[in-house]
Amino acid sequence: MSTPAYLNDLSWFSLAIAALLILINGAISIALHLKLEKRLAIAALRTVLQLLAIGYILGWVFEVNRWYVVVGIMVLMTLVAGRAAGERGAWHYKGMRGDAVTSVWGSSWLVTAIGLFVIMRIHPWYEPQYVIPILGMILGNTLTGVAMGMDRITSELQARREQIETLLAMGATRWEAFRPAAQNAVRAGMMPVINAMAVVGIVSLPGMMTGQVLAGQSPDKAIRYQIVIMFLISAASGLGTVSAVLMAYKRLFSAEHRFLYWRLIENKGDD
Amino acid sequence: MSNPAQAPLLSAHQIERRAPIGDAVLLHPASLDIFGGEHLILSGPSGAGKSVLMRSLALLDPLCGGSLRFRGEPVGAAGIPHFRSQVAYCRQRPAVLGGSVEDNLRLPFELKVNTGRGYRRERVVELLAVAGKPPEFLAKDGRDLSGGEAQVMGLVRAMQLDPTILLLDEPTAALDPESTVQVENLVLGWARGRSSDVATVWISHDPAQDARVGTRHLRVVAGRLSDLPAPEAHAQAHQAMVQAAVGTDPRV
Repeated sequence: MSTPAYLNDLSWFSLAIAALLILINGAISIALHLKLEKRLAIAALRTVLQLLAIGYILGWVFEVNRWYVVVGIMVLMTLVAGRAAGERGAWHYKGMRGDAVTSVWGSSWLVTAIGLFVIMRIHPWYEPQYVIPILGMILGNTLTGVAMGMDRITSELQARREQIETLLAMGATRWEAFRPAAQNAVRAGMMPVINAMAVVGIVSLPGMMTGQVLAGQSPDKAIRYQIVIMFLISAASGLGTVSAVLMAYKRLFSAEHRFLYWRLIENKGDD
Repeated sequence: MSNPAQAPLLSAHQIERRAPIGDAVLLHPASLDIFGGEHLILSGPSGAGKSVLMRSLALLDPLCGGSLRFRGEPVGAAGIPHFRSQVAYCRQRPAVLGGSVEDNLRLPFELKVNTGRGYRRERVVELLAVAGKPPEFLAKDGRDLSGGEAQVMGLVRAMQLDPTILLLDEPTAALDPESTVQVENLVLGWARGRSSDVATVWISHDPAQDARVGTRHLRVVAGRLSDLPAPEAHAQAHQAMVQAAVGTDPRV
């Protein structure tokens, strides 16, 4: 299958036109007083800079092809994802960012390892062409799951403080008091991937598959990879969400079956 | 009947509370024995630490010192859920946990601590009748309850589980006089049938309530528990004890 000629070379001018589209989001933010303009601008800028940078870095990593370089890049990607996961939301507790990094790290690396070594069986084990994009896709979704889980569990616990204390006062164990909030948080964290799996191929063509097809790969082969990726993503995201919620539980409930509500701190400001 | 003065149901020794953030003293070391058959009134200015003391008695907040014994035994971490089912703290505004009044009343039986016990509707209907509520009250949506109705729901929710001590944090502060009387009747009626096996502790600002229900009176001022009641409170407490003696209290 040959690649259409016009796709070979997206000019800088074309990219600039695409960039103008982000102004739509800016206009929405201003019209509805969402105060997201600054965040939006920074995020858009980061998209450009990070992708440019990763283009150069990946070129170099593929060329060098050493395990320690690959692992170094993986660690860096994971840390950035973990930090991003712990930064959102209206409430936080001390140690939340660390918990987010741990949740992202543990679940994404475990599932990536299963994908690479059990399902795809790559050789050598650090082959960057597989390791980096697959970890990247898993990280991106795990980050969302962990961030949603963290955001939801802290806001649920805050909103349910009276109910939780009432349950504890009636003799509920800390787990019994925590469970209703946890169910909502885990559900919220898992919904994005479940929704994504439900519409994939019909409403959305996933990025990896699109990329492979655009780059000339046969759709059949690209789809098989995509199926594997979807399941890896949903497993890692689910695992990450549960891990995040359990870590919040550890921090906010004591062995004496007390809800340490004062550890929940309200985030102030937009940034 | 056993002599309640010899064996307190709940015994707090030098319990102390500090703010989790900032370390301010919320409750100076306080000692308190609660005996079967008594209706203890806690009064004092707002913010003086009455609720802090009461929550500490239910081990809902971490103690910074002192110890607590229930029926002579210390309470370990694993025993806290059972302890709280026995020493039931009832908030001023009970949390509605979703669904109808009856759903709320059924919910505690799903907890591990109540394994082997079942919801008994006839028992609940009996309790509600004392508070002047018909059985249809059970079908009411929990979100539609008035302050007084929510209080009745919260109290019945606690009482049906046969606690030993009811800790009532301003149970009638937000209620109209009629609801107040209903709540008092409910609690006193429940306690009367059990006499020296149970006790109630009330946070109250209302001297008339002290007179109606109290058998003993303590004050909390600026985080200190004082055994010596203020002069006017003493008179009320005495009057209340005389009243109670006519009823059930064997000590007076």
